[in-house]
Amino acid sequence: MALWVDKHRPNNLDKLDYHADLSAHLKKLCASGDFPHMLVFGPPGSGKKTRVVAILRELFGAGSEKIKIDQRIFETPSKRKLELNIVSSNYHLEVNPSDVGNYDRVVIQDLLKEVAQTQQVDASAQKRFKVVVIHEADLLTRDAQAGLRRTMEKYMGNLRIIMCCNTTSKIIGPIQSRCLLVRVGAPTVPEICKVLQKVVKKEHCGPLPESLALRLAEDSGRNLRRAILMLETAKVQCHPFKDNQEIPRMDWEDFVRQVMHQILKAQNPESLQHVRGMLYELLNHCIDAATILKTLAKELIERVESNELKMRFAQEAAFYEHRLRMGQKAIFHLEAFVAKIMSVYKRHQMSMDH
Amino acid sequence: MSSSFFYRPRAGGPASAAAAAASNAAAAANKPWIEKYRPKTMDDISSQEQAVAVLKKTMESQNLPHLLFYGPPGTGKTSTILALARDIYGPEMIGSRVLELNASDERGISVIREKVKNFARSTVSHNIGSQNCPPYKIIILDEADSMTADAQSALRRTMETCSKLTRFCLICNYVTRIIEPLASRCAKFRFKPLEEKHSKDRLELICREEDVKISPEAILSLIRISEGDLRKAIMYLQSASRLMGKDAEIGVDVIADIAGTVPEDVIDGLEACWRTRDYKKISNEVSNVVADGHSASKILSQLHMRLLRTETLSSIQKAQVAEVFGDVDKALSDGADEQLQLLNMMTRVSTIAA
Ligand SMILES: Nc1ncnc2c1ncn2[C@@H]1O[C@H](COP(=O)(O)OP(=O)(O)OP(=O)(O)O)[C@@H](O)[C@H]1O
Ligand SMILES: Nc1ncnc2c1ncn2[C@@H]1O[C@H](COP(=O)(O)OP(=O)(O)OP(=O)(O)O)[C@@H](O)[C@H]1O
Ligand SMILES: [Mg+2]
Ligand SMILES: [Mg+2]
Repeated sequence: MALWVDKHRPNNLDKLDYHADLSAHLKKLCASGDFPHMLVFGPPGSGKKTRVVAILRELFGAGSEKIKIDQRIFETPSKRKLELNIVSSNYHLEVNPSDVGNYDRVVIQDLLKEVAQTQQVDASAQKRFKVVVIHEADLLTRDAQAGLRRTMEKYMGNLRIIMCCNTTSKIIGPIQSRCLLVRVGAPTVPEICKVLQKVVKKEHCGPLPESLALRLAEDSGRNLRRAILMLETAKVQCHPFKDNQEIPRMDWEDFVRQVMHQILKAQNPESLQHVRGMLYELLNHCIDAATILKTLAKELIERVESNELKMRFAQEAAFYEHRLRMGQKAIFHLEAFVAKIMSVYKRHQMSMDH
Repeated sequence: MSSSFFYRPRAGGPASAAAAAASNAAAAANKPWIEKYRPKTMDDISSQEQAVAVLKKTMESQNLPHLLFYGPPGTGKTSTILALARDIYGPEMIGSRVLELNASDERGISVIREKVKNFARSTVSHNIGSQNCPPYKIIILDEADSMTADAQSALRRTMETCSKLTRFCLICNYVTRIIEPLASRCAKFRFKPLEEKHSKDRLELICREEDVKISPEAILSLIRISEGDLRKAIMYLQSASRLMGKDAEIGVDVIADIAGTVPEDVIDGLEACWRTRDYKKISNEVSNVVADGHSASKILSQLHMRLLRTETLSSIQKAQVAEVFGDVDKALSDGADEQLQLLNMMTRVSTIAA
């Protein structure tokens, strides 16, 4: 059975629940004969994919929803075979090139050339171009991005690219200047509450107390996907809804909280070793290391009282998260972060005693 | 792969010919403005008087040196070489006399050697068409700064062995990424960011041709935001006009929106935080900015402009803040977490400024 997040995804521009101005603009854009390359960006769960799907539908009609998934094999110049899943309809195609790591340039170029050389099936179609959607475009290598520059100009006759990403910081300037930038900000808390009520209504499982909706929305950190997922879990845990029912939390989040308690309880080599074990446990459960670090930092910062310490913890978290990205072995950096926090905290405690 | 997606219409049939003609007409009407208004001849290139004048002189002498064009994106490098080739060979010959390789093509050492050699060797039959068609061919290596140093050195030899009948034109953004032995074999031409008055003329011409209504302030902000990158300016202009529809006038706010500029009041909010040392306040502000999807690197560069102008900080303080900005910019371009880096920046600056 489909998850609520998929089941209740609005499928056209008119049905989108927030950023009405943006939807109206996009509608005009689709109606005009021309359509630019696009760079759609915004935080996780803000509705980028949903908006892109709605754009495709606006451009091509319901045919863009008849999709299928194929596995394609690409060959690198060094004769290495790469497999990649590709979602396509008659009018568009979606790829997630970060799946093939450093070979992304080969894949993208092969695909784009192939698409550019073919024509729209349906001569009566309103649009003469096909669309290639590139997900997680901020993970594209520099090489792949450089490859896109001239390609985006040369094939503009019958090909448009829509790139989706969380941030434009990692997209090179020459690509940004070839695209229309579309920012999809996260919905606000009241907007999330509204969507949650709507979902409950469609599922006929109401009523949903306002206060519970509010707590879910706030706890999601303005991530709509997360809020809807939590709502569905909440229903499983306790139905009919109660306004004081507990907000469902992930197991690993509780575990990170325990790590936080351990760090603030004792700052010595034994405690550090204990924490190391816990960190390994988290990593073994395939929780992304950067997410662990960020969540742990958040817990620590919320827990301590001192403004100075909060600031300091945030700075250390930023420092070690950067190291983590640059380095190879996650556990080193997680452990270094914990050791640093312990030392900062202990020194702070001692200065308070004097 | 979906056979229908890559459907190739059978060549020759009368129906397909008619469809192709219709599609060509439609394609011309929908041509993006950056292509539609790409300079056709050397005389259409604006703002690069010096480069164009010298190039014209060299063309007359019938003995073109190897060329190296460098300069920021959207300043006319690719357009100039294409116009030059068209001026030299005329529209019929250009296909057989010019080879364009860019970063989207496979440009490893062996491939370069192979392709360039084959192209250079295929003999030039003299005096087809006009008599003053020069005997040499041109190989354009666009986006040459993304070629590896190895591939570049391999090119040295090739350049020498083929130099009787071929001229190379290397194009790049960063001249420092071209190895010295290669650069020293070429006549260098620097392309400057377009001067304001030239951008203005060009944009106003397009507005007249395309019947775009736009306020004079919006044109100015377009020029300022695009920082001498005319492609960007034209791209934004077209997007703005598509978003607004035919009748409404384009104002300053639409331009700011499209360019992904962070609104001034958001920047105000962040700057105000510098004077508090309150973690809660800072963290709230940062979370909201990130959830709204503003890119951290844009925020950083806009805050930097503020920093230069502000009168509340001493020059020592400004220097310290600049150092923080440098650290954070580096971390961001390494792909560090945007929220943590903004928190880091804000807390450190508030310690300096308060
Ligand atoms: N405008 C909207 N109105 C109502 N619900 C929406 C809207 N946009 C998104 N949603 C809901 O939020 C969920 C998440 O949206 P989506 O998958 O588009 O996010 P995303 O920005 O692509 O996230 P990520 O960056 O994590 O991939 C969707 O499954 C859908 O149920
Ligand atoms: N000097 C110029 N005069 C007239 N139009 C220009 C000029 N520079 C740029 N343009 C406009 O911008 C578009 C892109 O220019 P062009 O492709 O020549 O840039 P480029 O310097 O090669 O950039 P990049 O480094 O990103 O490849 C052109 O199609 C044209 O519309
Ligand atoms: Mg998505
Ligand atoms: Mg170019």
